[in-house]
Amino acid sequence: MSIFSKMKPAFWEDDDSSSGLYKQLFNYPRLWKQATLISMAIVLLPLVLLTLYEYRVTQQSFEAEALARATRFVSKTRRTESFLLSKKRFALEFIIHDNSFEQLLQPQRLATLLENLNRGLGVFVDLGVIDATGRQRAYSGPYHLDDADYSGQDWFKEIQHRGIFISDVFMGFRHLPHIVIAVKKTLPDKSFYVLRTSVNIERISEILSYEQTGEVGDAFLVNHSGVLQTPSRYFGDILESVPLDVPEFSDHTEVYQLNGIQRSASISANDPTKDIPEDVAKGPLVVSYAYVESSPFILMLVSPKEQLMMQWEQTRIKVIIFLACTVAIILLVLLCVVTYLVNAIHTADQKRVMVLHDIEYSEKMASIGRLAAGIAHEINNPLAIINEKAGLIQDLFLIKEQYKQDTKLLSLITSIVSSVERCSTITRRLLSFARQSDASITRINVYKIISEVLSFLGKEPEYRSISITIDVAEDIEDIVSDKGKLQQVLLNIIKNAFAAVEDEGHLAITARKNADNLIELSIQDDGCGIPQKDLAKIFEPFFTTKGGRGGTGLGLSITYSLVAELGGTIRVTSEKDKGTCFIITLPLTMAAQKG
Amino acid sequence: MKVLLVDDEEELVVTLAERLSLRDIDTKWALNGEDALRLAEAEHFDLAILDMKMPKMNGLQLKAELQKKWPNMHFIFLTGHGSEEDFEAGASAAGEDYYLIKPVNIQKLIAKIHASFDAAEK
Repeated sequence: MSIFSKMKPAFWEDDDSSSGLYKQLFNYPRLWKQATLISMAIVLLPLVLLTLYEYRVTQQSFEAEALARATRFVSKTRRTESFLLSKKRFALEFIIHDNSFEQLLQPQRLATLLENLNRGLGVFVDLGVIDATGRQRAYSGPYHLDDADYSGQDWFKEIQHRGIFISDVFMGFRHLPHIVIAVKKTLPDKSFYVLRTSVNIERISEILSYEQTGEVGDAFLVNHSGVLQTPSRYFGDILESVPLDVPEFSDHTEVYQLNGIQRSASISANDPTKDIPEDVAKGPLVVSYAYVESSPFILMLVSPKEQLMMQWEQTRIKVIIFLACTVAIILLVLLCVVTYLVNAIHTADQKRVMVLHDIEYSEKMASIGRLAAGIAHEINNPLAIINEKAGLIQDLFLIKEQYKQDTKLLSLITSIVSSVERCSTITRRLLSFARQSDASITRINVYKIISEVLSFLGKEPEYRSISITIDVAEDIEDIVSDKGKLQQVLLNIIKNAFAAVEDEGHLAITARKNADNLIELSIQDDGCGIPQKDLAKIFEPFFTTKGGRGGTGLGLSITYSLVAELGGTIRVTSEKDKGTCFIITLPLTMAAQKG
Repeated sequence: MKVLLVDDEEELVVTLAERLSLRDIDTKWALNGEDALRLAEAEHFDLAILDMKMPKMNGLQLKAELQKKWPNMHFIFLTGHGSEEDFEAGASAAGEDYYLIKPVNIQKLIAKIHASFDAAEK
């Protein structure tokens, strides 16, 4: 026994094999399915659509917030980097303007300046003074660069134009990252000299380290050719090249998204992409960058989108759990409500069928009652005669002594006997009608059954001068059918005909065999007829034209179902004020029914 | 004391007529309204005993016809309708005239006949 079979509602397997009046109104499993599907669609569709829309909106706002966070970080860091570089540059600017060329050429003076610089900042490695020819005239520091000639180098050419130079990073003293900063001072005679220093940029790198950027992503500096100037968590160490395009120049912070990093097809030892973590390479990535002012550096921040959207991930799970719970609760409630309602309809339908059965039964009982009353009335007349005859015998015995031996007594008694016979005939008919509730299939003579039914109706046609002709074709043999039912069918239709005709009307009952070898009984009257609009409805239960005059509207519908039970059909033709004709077709032999 | 008995049931009417005759009541009978009127044309009857329900002309119609000729004629009605309701309906239709249910108790009928003669003699 599965759980379903225990929970299954009563209507689920209620097989409805009945037809006509007693057919169930709905196919209940189908009704249940339809109601469930429709109500689910109506309730769940808006809910799901609304949640999806809300989901999109929230996702977008989280995304916008994440990008803004990355942008803010880059802008802030760029300002810091810019400030750190400017500080060193301004220190050099101060020295070159505070000291004359001659003062700077004194080695002692230069050494003191370097020492003083480092007292404040501690990152300057050396100081050198270069004249307009590019020759280093003075130097203080760990290298032996006293007479170095820079005239042919690019940076020396550049500084002549711009007055300041900041180099790319190189690995310098004690294998630490350094940059060169140089400033130029132009003398009144248009000649110039340059103050040059190497700076340890560990401090600049630290700002971009994991401790500072951890949650946001990987921040690093690259030069304009895409070479790393600070170590990168994803793309390798200083001086390695970054597998990203060098972004276009912009004077403020920019953000773009990347679907992932293409690894090179050939796997080689120096492939710059080989060490990239898998999740970063797959992307999607958010890249934000800013050009650091008056330096060759671009500050880049590469963040896996997933990491930026961490908070969204949590919210998303909450939204999904909420939706799932809501849908589950709605489904449960819907199923309960639909099952309850369909069950209620099913129960009501069953009650309807029971009530219809009751009505049919009580109608049958009522007609039996009416018939019995009619028969009792008919018995009354012969009983009256018996009464008189017997009374007369009594009288004769009491009043006239001479009748004692008279043969007349005999004839009187004979008369009594024959009246008793009449009485018993009627009694037998009454009994035979009462028996009709038990289906008894017997051979029936068509003419006889018509006459019998007419005799049930007593003397009404005689009193109202209604003429009745019975015409049964000679080739009709006895039929095999349920006598009681056939009697009731004929009785109902003939009674209706009597009600329809005027006094001195005419009723023609004919029986013949039709082409399909079926018995066709037609009952034709010349009464008031049935209006065309009512004709289609007369076999429907509760259809009546008798209004409040005692008609239940069930007579013809019962007749209809009785004919169906006999395996026949009934149809009607009618013309207003000209009469009605009921035609009943019956099989010669009724098919035996089960039960 | 002459009585006209009308009923469509011949056996009944003949027998009842004979029973009344045995009791020295001069009784003539007829099976329908027409015959009854023909008899009433020929002679005078003091009392008519009529069945309520007859083909062509029922008891009340026949009474009306007979009264046209013999305004002083008395009437007793007989009916086959046995229920209480029918009795009341019939009695009210027949007015103050007598009304008996078939099968008739002969003692009651004789009593009614004498009562109507007594009423006539007053």
